[in-house]
Parts: sequence; structure tokens; C-alpha cells
Amino acid sequence: MNATQPHYHGDHICWGHSHEPHRPHTLAVKGLAVSYREVRALEDISFETACGRTVALIGPNGAGKSSLLKAMAGVIRPDAGGIFWRGQPLLAAHQEIAYLPQRGEIDWQFPITVRGLVEMGRYAQLGNWRRFREHDREIVDKSLEAMELKNLADRQISALSGGQQQRTFIARALAQEAHVLLLDEPFTGLDTPAQEMLQRLFRSLAAEGRLLIASHHDLATVSDIFDEVLLVRKRQFAFGPVAEAFTEANIAAAYQKSTS
Amino acid sequence: MNAITACFHDPLLQRAMLACLLIGFANGYVSAYVVLKKSALKIGTISHGLLPGIAVAVMLVGLSQWSVLLGAMAAALFIGLGSLFMSRTSRLDQDTALGILYTTGFAAGLIIIRKIGIRQKLDEWLFGGLMSLSDSDLWIAFGISVIAILFLTAYQRSILVMLFEPNVAMSVGVPVRWLNYGLFGVVLLVLVSSLQAVGCILSVGLLVAPAATIYMFSDRPAALFYGGGLLGALGSVIAFIIAYQTDWTAGSTIVMFFGALFLLAYVFSQKYGLLARRSK
Repeated sequence: MNATQPHYHGDHICWGHSHEPHRPHTLAVKGLAVSYREVRALEDISFETACGRTVALIGPNGAGKSSLLKAMAGVIRPDAGGIFWRGQPLLAAHQEIAYLPQRGEIDWQFPITVRGLVEMGRYAQLGNWRRFREHDREIVDKSLEAMELKNLADRQISALSGGQQQRTFIARALAQEAHVLLLDEPFTGLDTPAQEMLQRLFRSLAAEGRLLIASHHDLATVSDIFDEVLLVRKRQFAFGPVAEAFTEANIAAAYQKSTS
Repeated sequence: MNAITACFHDPLLQRAMLACLLIGFANGYVSAYVVLKKSALKIGTISHGLLPGIAVAVMLVGLSQWSVLLGAMAAALFIGLGSLFMSRTSRLDQDTALGILYTTGFAAGLIIIRKIGIRQKLDEWLFGGLMSLSDSDLWIAFGISVIAILFLTAYQRSILVMLFEPNVAMSVGVPVRWLNYGLFGVVLLVLVSSLQAVGCILSVGLLVAPAATIYMFSDRPAALFYGGGLLGALGSVIAFIIAYQTDWTAGSTIVMFFGALFLLAYVFSQKYGLLARRSK
């Protein structure tokens, strides 16, 4: 593995809009209720965060972490409540969100190369009919470079290590110019060096102004990787900066066996 | 050799080869979608459902290109959507419902066709009738090819994103449900057109093998579509000439030819073939 740390050159991406004050963009979830296969998975979820941060979704298996991510990505329609990005319903700006599914949900044999997958990120901007131009190619190249995938660009995606696969999907989100990244268990199945590299990537992506929300199951690494934490098991047990919300008492409450 | 050049002068054979090109390209092109969607068997059962639709349409309004076309479409829709409806309204899965619906329909179709005395056409519908094509048959094949290729090309990006990850497709605003309906319609149309070339029993072969063969060589989805189309067109014509020379049934020869090509690719492909895997 290359010793240099991958990082993205350039300013905070929010500051590209010069007519706006330098204020972080907020993501607000208000009174969200979600059902999955006709079973209520989540109830009364409300929190507010902003770009430039990394947020962990923590809770036991079946707590509704994936459902929350899917609802935010617009994959499942909420029963009640809403998700607002910069004051507007999040789905109105779907090209600003990138959803990265769990590894197990991806067909790794699909006939596509690393470059082909990252190019898919441009489709969200281009739609079906606008031409793929030099500008798009440059963005794809930059995204590949930022994730240190230049040398692997022509590999089929199953011929990659777990860490490289994860970086390929993040590169696609960069090519999409997504502002909000929703990641389902991105650290699962990675070896320690790959985990450490992904952790550094999380930092640099947040530093350039992106908002990363990831479900996570390894309680020991939460405070190293994330700024904020949402403790959830069907309902919300705590939300806030890791130091305040990720307390023994809150964790115990969220992981306590339900009495039903 | 003279016999082969003769193929290109006889108007009947010219027409059959033109049909091979059109139908082969459309089927090969759409086969990329079928392979990536992994739904070859489901489409195979639906293709069998074309027969009862034709039988009922001929019984009701008489024999014509249009009654065959519309009857086949209606039956395939009925079986496809009917099985979906049954799986949603009972504890059965869709495959079980499909298995019952298409065999029942197929059986009824056979009885009706024998009863209304059009048995001579039965063979054509079952196994293809490239040598008895009319001008309107050709026009229908042309129209279907144009629609299928335009649709799959115009929406190729959305289709690829959806095939790879339906959830991600939804999150970037692809109208997954409508796209699926559209694609189902295109697959039905293409099945109906291949009815003329290889018949309803073998039509899946033409709608799977071309792109499956390319799949053994390439990691580029676009190569599957265009390569599948080219292979489908050229392969169909070559197989038709072989059939003409050997006096074999044309439809069966076409399907067998593609099967043989696929087997060769499966064993010898330098990238994903059996031998390449062994030596790795």
C-alpha cells in the first residue's frame, strides 16, 4: 500500500457558491417514521447536522440503521416526517446525495471496471442524454486519483481488495459531486490497514465540506472516526457530538434487550 | 461455393436473410439486458405463453400478421403480469405462478390450434418460419427492432445503474418502476419478432446467447449491447446459410449455432474461459 495519504485538493466545496455566506449546509431529519416490509422499523427520528462532519449510526442488528440510510437516500418512502437538506426536501436534490450500499448487496461479478463504475457517478449529473465530455472525464480522473485508484482503473471490480472496492464506490460519489454520502457499514470486512486508510479518507472528505453518515457496528472505533453519533434502536436514544452522546448509559439503553 | 452465392440472389432467401439480420440484431442487443438482469428462464416461460395468445386471437379475429402479433403480446402480458399479481395476492412466489400459468396456457393453445384447423401454421409458431415471410412480417420485424434498440439506447445509463444496484438507481432519481415496465414491453416485442425466426420454444436462445458469449470476454456493458447485437445479426445469417446448405431446420440451426459459439467462448475465452481459470 502506498504510504502517502490520499487527499483532495481544493477548498471547502460549500464555498463554491460565492453568493452565499460561509455557513455550513444543514441536514435536518424531522419526526421520521419508516416501515420496511410492512413492519415499523423506525419511529420519531429527529436530528440536525451539517456538512463537514462525520456521523455514525449506532445500534444493534435490526435496529433500523439500514432503513434510516435507505429512507434518507430516497429508496424507501417514509411513513411520516421528512428529511431536509438546506431547508428543502432532500429528494429535490438527489444528485447531491450518494448512497453506498452494503458490500453484500453488490453484484461483484457485474461486467464493469473501476473506471466504468466511477463514470456511473457522472450519470446522476448528465441524465440519460447529455454527452459525456472532456470535463466529465477530468472529474472521473480526479476522483480516481483522490482515491488512489489510477493504476487499478481497468480492473473488473471483483479483482480488488475490500478497501479498494470501498474506495471505488467513494470515488463514484466524488464523481457525482455528491455533498452528502450515506454509507451502509463501510468499515465491515476491511483489514486494519484498509480501515485506517478509510478513516483518513473520512477525515479529508469531511474537511473539504462533505457530510458523511455511516452505519457502524464497531463500538471501539466510533470516537476515532466520527464527530457525531446517533444511537438508534427503532427509536432514537441519543444524538450529539461523540463526547456527549456516546456515553455508557446511552449505549446500554440502545443495546438493552427489548422486553417484547 | 456457388450454392452460397445463390443464396444472395433468390428473393425468398434474401428476405429470410434480411429478417435474420433485423431479428438477430434486436435480439442480440436486448440479450445484454436479459443477461445482466439474470432473467433468462423467466423470459423463456413467457415466450411459451405466446402460443395460446396467438391461438385465441386467430380463433376470434382470423389469421393475419396483426392478430398473431397482438394475440402474442396480450398473452405474454397476461402471463407476466398475472403471475406477478398471483404472487402478490397469495403465498406463492412468482416462479411457481409462472410455471402453472404458462403450461396451462400452452396446453390450451395446442388444443385450440388443432380444433380450428390451422395445424400447418403450428410448426412455424413453435419452431420458426423464415422461409415463409411476407413483406408485412419484415416490416413488423423492422419496427420492433427500431423500437427496442432506440429504447435501450436512450435509457442505457439508467438501465445500467438500475441493473447494477436498484437501490442506488432509486436514490439518484431513476424511475425504476416505469423503466421496468418499459423494458418488459421491449422484451415482449422482441420475443414476438423472434417468433418468426426461431419460434416460441427456442426464442430465448436467441435472446440470451449472443450477449452471454460476449460476457465471457468483456467487462464493458456497452460491449455487451453492441457486441451482442452484431453477433446476433451475423450469427443468424451465417447459421441460416448453414441451414440452407444442409437442409436443416433454420430456427433450430440458428439457436444451435449460438449455443456452440457460447460453448466455445465458455471453454476458450482468454479472460473468463474455463481453461483460463484453470491456468490461473
